[in-house]
Amino acid sequence: MVPIAYYLVLSAVLFSIGVAAFLIKRNIITVFMAIELMLNAVNLAFIAFSRQWSQTTGHLQVNGQIFVFFVMVVAAAETAVGLAIVIAVFRARSTLNVDSIDLMKL
Amino acid sequence: MHLALFTIFAVLCVAGALNLLLQRHPINSALSLIVVMTSLAVLYLLLGAEFLAAAQVIVYSGAIMVLFTFVIMLLNAGKEERTHGSKLAYIAGFPGAAALLGLLAFIFISHRGDYGQARLGEYLATTSDLSRVLFRDLLLPFEVTSVLILIAILGAVALARKEH
Amino acid sequence: MEIHLIPFLLVSLAKVIVVVVIFLMSVAYTVLLERKLVGRIQNRWGPSRVGPFGLLQPMVDGAKLFLKEDLMPEAVYRPLYILAPIIALICSLMSISVVPFGADVRWHGIQLFQISDNNIGLLILLGITSVGVYGIALSGWSSNNKYSLLGALRASAQVISYELALGLSLVGIVVRTGSLRLRDIVGVQATHGLLSWNFFGGFQFVAFFIYLMAAYAETNRSPFDLPEAESELTAGYHTEYSSMKFAMFFMSEYGNMITVGCVATLLFFGGWTSPFGHFLAGSGPVSTAVLSIFWFVIKVFFFLFLYIWVRGTLPRFRYDQLMGFGWKFLVPVAVANIVVTSFCIGLRLPAQ
Repeated sequence: MVPIAYYLVLSAVLFSIGVAAFLIKRNIITVFMAIELMLNAVNLAFIAFSRQWSQTTGHLQVNGQIFVFFVMVVAAAETAVGLAIVIAVFRARSTLNVDSIDLMKL
Repeated sequence: MHLALFTIFAVLCVAGALNLLLQRHPINSALSLIVVMTSLAVLYLLLGAEFLAAAQVIVYSGAIMVLFTFVIMLLNAGKEERTHGSKLAYIAGFPGAAALLGLLAFIFISHRGDYGQARLGEYLATTSDLSRVLFRDLLLPFEVTSVLILIAILGAVALARKEH
Repeated sequence: MEIHLIPFLLVSLAKVIVVVVIFLMSVAYTVLLERKLVGRIQNRWGPSRVGPFGLLQPMVDGAKLFLKEDLMPEAVYRPLYILAPIIALICSLMSISVVPFGADVRWHGIQLFQISDNNIGLLILLGITSVGVYGIALSGWSSNNKYSLLGALRASAQVISYELALGLSLVGIVVRTGSLRLRDIVGVQATHGLLSWNFFGGFQFVAFFIYLMAAYAETNRSPFDLPEAESELTAGYHTEYSSMKFAMFFMSEYGNMITVGCVATLLFFGGWTSPFGHFLAGSGPVSTAVLSIFWFVIKVFFFLFLYIWVRGTLPRFRYDQLMGFGWKFLVPVAVANIVVTSFCIGLRLPAQ
């Protein structure tokens, strides 16, 4: 018997740690991982709310879980393209530090 | 028992996320994120989403994080250096995230009566329940998503190719 | 009937201990089986000095590996160097936890012949296979050695490519069964003996061969064992490992072989059901249990024999041939299998 609010607070904690990591870390791959952490936190919130809605209406509601399914798929596609961009940037600049890649001029 | 399981895996999630934040070498951050994702899979299972728990392990821990690990290994990413931008980020980043956390936690805790309690074993969403919605009501988004993945594959291959 | 927590935990612990002990003994004796069979294929005896027919060889090998010097090179990245073989062995041991060995025999509501009976058993197997890539990738990178890194990258690329074909080949079975639960999959094959097995009556022979080839590539076994071939990359990703850590990689490879054999029998060959239908399937609870385990073990043994036979017979694939085979042949054929199976099942069912 766990209150659903606990799951939501956990989701908020993970999301804010993701925001902090996104703003603080200087390696571009770690920044990308912080984005994935934020997406996962949001997935947890979706599933918790899907459960809450099922309990409110009395029968099983899966729309929140379908949303999580789509988020997972889109995150996979985004990761593939994003990491390809990171590889291309590394080939051009030979560094992974975001402070060195902040100008268009090489 | 439900509370014990929730506590263990929630602590693992938060510990992994903090480790992602605090480690200097990206490979340690990647492994911490894998721990977070696997613990989240267990939490999904506790909320009755069994297919999504399996999908989380297969897709996130087993494919997306493998991709991250490969890129870290191939590009031989080393420890992070302290540059001029990082000081500013420390000053703005931690308070901003803390403010966000405070706001969200306040809203969720003040409304905790409205959300109710989750019992283990109720409202289990089987794979057939999910697929019934996915392949009947939401068939168009499903097909569009598969086209999206195809575009992502083409884009990734085109971007990561060596220039000749 | 309601299951109480404490008896459930105690029985699960007992099941885990029994299964792990039997599994590890099987791994040791599979090594002996391979050496003897490959020896016979090559017209020599294989180990035959230690004990009758060489049966004490695994004990002696285990003692040797245990007593070898455990080298730790200086420049390795220690945490991952030690963690990688642990991950490989854990994934290999975990996948046996969802495999049902025998008929549905319960004691006070608790399953006796399966450690974990859940609705998504097949997906858990795929998930554990996906996580097993880390053992290879991290071992190669942490060894701080060019050969190890190249071997690890090749091996991981091979594993993740063939994972796709593996997963797709299993979809035809799920379409026929309508469930991801391993007991249901065997249950669908239990009706008419040999003819209702997924390989024969379910017409999944194409899927079976795709599964077999993808599984050989997943477990890095001949003819797909380029990443660990001695003449190619000086033993690839486990170059820098010695004694106990190398033994863990070795055990995880043979453990994966046994798991692949178990899964192939469950999904394609009827699991624990007898090929003769209700004849030789047992009448009372005790005879059903014993005969179901007997049939399961016979079939898994046949798969191990097939694995070793293929190893002793076929030459190794070259890396580009291997990747081309996985992506350009197996994946399209698996997708075609899904389409044809769905078409046939869709035509047979009444419109809903």
